[in-house]
Amino acid sequence: MIDPKELKYSRDDEWLRYDGDDAYVGITDYAQSELGDLVFVNLPEVGDEVVAGEPFGDVESVKAVADVYSPISGEVLEVNEDILDDASLINSDPYGAWFVKVGNISETVELLSADEYDEYRG
Amino acid sequence: MKLIFEKSIPGRGQDIFPACDVPVALPAEDKLRKAEVHLPEISENEMGRHYTALAKRAHGVNDGFYPLGSCTMKHNPRINEKMANLPGFAKLHPLQPAHTVEGANALIADLEKMLCEITGMDGVTFQPAAGAHGEFTGLLLIKAYHTDRGDTERSEILVPDAAHGTNPASATMAGYKTVVIKSNESGTVDLDDLKAHLGPKTAGLMLTNPNTVGLFDPNIMEITRLVHEAGGLCYYDGANLNAVIGIVRPADIGFDVIHMNLHKTFSTPHGGGGPGSGPCAYKDFLAPFAPGLVCKDGEYVRAEKSIGNMTGFYGNFLVMVKAYAYLLTIGKDVHTLAENAVLNANYMQEKLKDLYPIAFDTTCMHEFVIGLDPIYRKTHVSALDVAKALLDYGIHPPTIYFPLIVHEALMIEPTETETKETLDEAIKAFREIYERIFNAPESVQMAPQTTPVLRLDDTKAAREPHLRYEF
Amino acid sequence: MGTFIPNTREEQLKMLNEIGYKDFDDLFKVIPAEAKVKGELNLPEGKSEIEVDRAIEGLADKNVIFRSIFRGAGAYNHYVPSAVDAIANKEEFLTAYTPYQAEISQGILQSIFEYQTMIAEIMGMDIANASLYDGASAAAEACWMCKDRKHSTIYVSGAIDERILTVINTYSFGRGSKVVVIPAKDGVTDKDALKAALAEDPAASCFLMQYPNFYGIVEDAEELCQITHDACAKFIMYAHPLSLGVLKNPGEIGADIAVGEGQPLGLGLEFGGPYLGLLATKQENMRQIPGRLIGETVDTRGDRGFVLTIQAREQHIRREKASSNVCSNEAWCALRAGIYLSTIGPKGFEQVATLCSSKAHYMAAELEKIGMKRCFEGEFWNEFTTTCPDADKLLAALEEKGILGGLKVCCGCCDNDCDTDCILWCCTELNSKEDIDEVIAIAKEVF
Repeated sequence: MIDPKELKYSRDDEWLRYDGDDAYVGITDYAQSELGDLVFVNLPEVGDEVVAGEPFGDVESVKAVADVYSPISGEVLEVNEDILDDASLINSDPYGAWFVKVGNISETVELLSADEYDEYRG
Repeated sequence: MKLIFEKSIPGRGQDIFPACDVPVALPAEDKLRKAEVHLPEISENEMGRHYTALAKRAHGVNDGFYPLGSCTMKHNPRINEKMANLPGFAKLHPLQPAHTVEGANALIADLEKMLCEITGMDGVTFQPAAGAHGEFTGLLLIKAYHTDRGDTERSEILVPDAAHGTNPASATMAGYKTVVIKSNESGTVDLDDLKAHLGPKTAGLMLTNPNTVGLFDPNIMEITRLVHEAGGLCYYDGANLNAVIGIVRPADIGFDVIHMNLHKTFSTPHGGGGPGSGPCAYKDFLAPFAPGLVCKDGEYVRAEKSIGNMTGFYGNFLVMVKAYAYLLTIGKDVHTLAENAVLNANYMQEKLKDLYPIAFDTTCMHEFVIGLDPIYRKTHVSALDVAKALLDYGIHPPTIYFPLIVHEALMIEPTETETKETLDEAIKAFREIYERIFNAPESVQMAPQTTPVLRLDDTKAAREPHLRYEF
Repeated sequence: MGTFIPNTREEQLKMLNEIGYKDFDDLFKVIPAEAKVKGELNLPEGKSEIEVDRAIEGLADKNVIFRSIFRGAGAYNHYVPSAVDAIANKEEFLTAYTPYQAEISQGILQSIFEYQTMIAEIMGMDIANASLYDGASAAAEACWMCKDRKHSTIYVSGAIDERILTVINTYSFGRGSKVVVIPAKDGVTDKDALKAALAEDPAASCFLMQYPNFYGIVEDAEELCQITHDACAKFIMYAHPLSLGVLKNPGEIGADIAVGEGQPLGLGLEFGGPYLGLLATKQENMRQIPGRLIGETVDTRGDRGFVLTIQAREQHIRREKASSNVCSNEAWCALRAGIYLSTIGPKGFEQVATLCSSKAHYMAAELEKIGMKRCFEGEFWNEFTTTCPDADKLLAALEEKGILGGLKVCCGCCDNDCDTDCILWCCTELNSKEDIDEVIAIAKEVF
């Protein structure tokens, strides 16, 4: 899969899609393929604070669990209920299956462009 | 095969209970159940056949080689079972007066004495029902000790990255933060990393020795000394005690508290997942915090600052009877268990290492770990595939994907109760599978072919949880 | 002497030499000398099988087996059908371990899947786990399941068995949760006290009651459930599994989690263990369940099969973030419970519960006739407390006749103004009318 050019990427394999002052966060195609078939996600609640570089949730495959790190600091405005019901959406559509929408963004980890990320994980 | 519910026909079954010889009396109508309860209705003959069919679809130590790493699947002697089934033990009510259970309490006291000698510790609590439960108990003893001294800033338990998953999970249950200590290149504790993490917050260290890659830590005396200097206590995860029983005593190498798995080292059967028994042995200074009631001179007493109870009564008593029968049989020759467990592991390791990459190629203890990663990268045949291929040879596969520090790990623990012939058969199977990995990799990836079911869809099971039969 | 090591000493040495070691000392030189045991351990000489048999039978013979038992209080003397021992002792079941390799463990996996179904059925809940250590530790795990970031206080009825409370307290010492006991009044949970306590505590996570409670009383569980739910806390019922043959089950009452001691389901008294921790709950709490879960799936041919599932909750994957550290459970005891429930079936399930209740009511009435009145009025099932002029004297007289009488307790019925003793009696289907009449006759003689 080609990593979308309009997104920003972290070295922890999360993507960031800005929507005005807010941003959607998800995990990259590389991350989902490394993890294999996902069966469940744990997400924060609306209103929670997330911190750049710190885990805000995790994803489970059958025999592993991996933390999901937030590339930004801010407040959770929305969580994606669809992936709570069906984690396989993350495998089938990693760049559509956002995890959380974050607002009041104060801090950001170093972000890569799609090309830089491809090179990093290539 | 059908579920027992699918064999049920209304009205079938046998009479177990007699007619009521007193007037029938029930609680008031508004307390009574209205909901229907579905249970099987089946004749004893059909039920017997159902479970016999299930038994044929199970694999125990009794069925064949079971080198499941870290689980010590040794032979379960028949005498153990016979002793545990004696009515003089099996029919005792736990709340009988002490003078009517003198034999049971004498057995417990004698077993405690022997386990103290084996571990070098001063006391044992039999309250924990399994190994992880023993870990939790040991950590609560450590917590109670620090709390009692007013040393309340100690909030961290150090756990090596190779540790059993129960270690960090037990630390969390005891309210501690887990601090992971790295392994060095030789697969044992990295002393510098240990030193860097020791400090006034250190409550203790949990260590398995030999560790989960089967290595005895050469720096063990230094490690326990450093932890003590920092004010922490040392917890010995006794899951691998079979490797050193009679040869090393945890107390002598600086440990303060330990759990043992009676269902591993002391030969009691695993029962398809339990019951086990995880007695926790401790040095004298932890005795005031021990859980449970103990019979002393005909009276049940509780330690003065006891942490409470881990189970309702005295732990898994009948499992203790089995372990006692085993220890009476072995007696002072316990070191021969370790010797042969270690010999069998090294024999297999030596006979496989020309083909399979050994994670840490040196003399191992009771188990060794193959790291299949280099082969996997070349052939896409994984540790899982090798495990499944072994099934067609009638061998229970080793523990796979553990320890986490070895990629594509296969962790092999033959135990001392296997013959040279059995080991040779297994070695042959491993070597044949190796040939197939390169000559016919798909035959390994498609294995098993001879089992009642083929590879099962774990993803479907987890994504669409179906945890019961729907009526 | 005795040994289960098959290879002879000569074979062992040959193997050692074959792989390049002189002897065992050479093999163990990886262990630093200072770490090794010096000399011999102070253990007895090993014994032959006959000697072991004799020694341990000698100990067993020192214990008293009561021919008639009227004591419960957490361990119940029920009949174990012949099929249970015959089937469970098959060595394939006994000598297997946790079914990690599903393809050769379908027998273990299916037996547990069937057990999970039966426990969910009798509790009236959606799902059950593969077992926990015993009832008390299951209760402690259930309390932990209810904790979330905003709710952590555990409320427990004062009318529960003190042993259960002690285990909950011990677990909570580790996890740092607050446990609040709601006092018992007239042998049952003080509802007003519960209501008041929950109303004042936004951090209340759960309330746990015993059913029937320690004094044998079948409390008004629906109202306690309502009070608990009104405070947005979870309602946990610790239920005697056989009582549910006649009593409303936790599902009908509205419980969020049902736990209990599975010992009455085909396990003996066994001096307290191994027993069986039951845990069942609603579907929505699935991911908070501690311990193993078995799920249905299909193999590559599309045939039905069973696997350990939702394992990412567990310690071997989630490590310090696991919902519990449980690894070994009580699978073999769960197998026995499954065989037991299959043997008695729905009819036997109701029958055994009816027998326990009827015998207990008969005994209570007979004791009342000789002046040993029930301490509390509430509805009861298999256990009840009565006054007794001198419990020690009566229990000793019964013991002399091979009868284990009820348990002397302090139930607080006389507002702690103890001018009389109290006894907690228990009847099961094994207590015949003659056995009960004998107790009454002895009591008449004593007083």
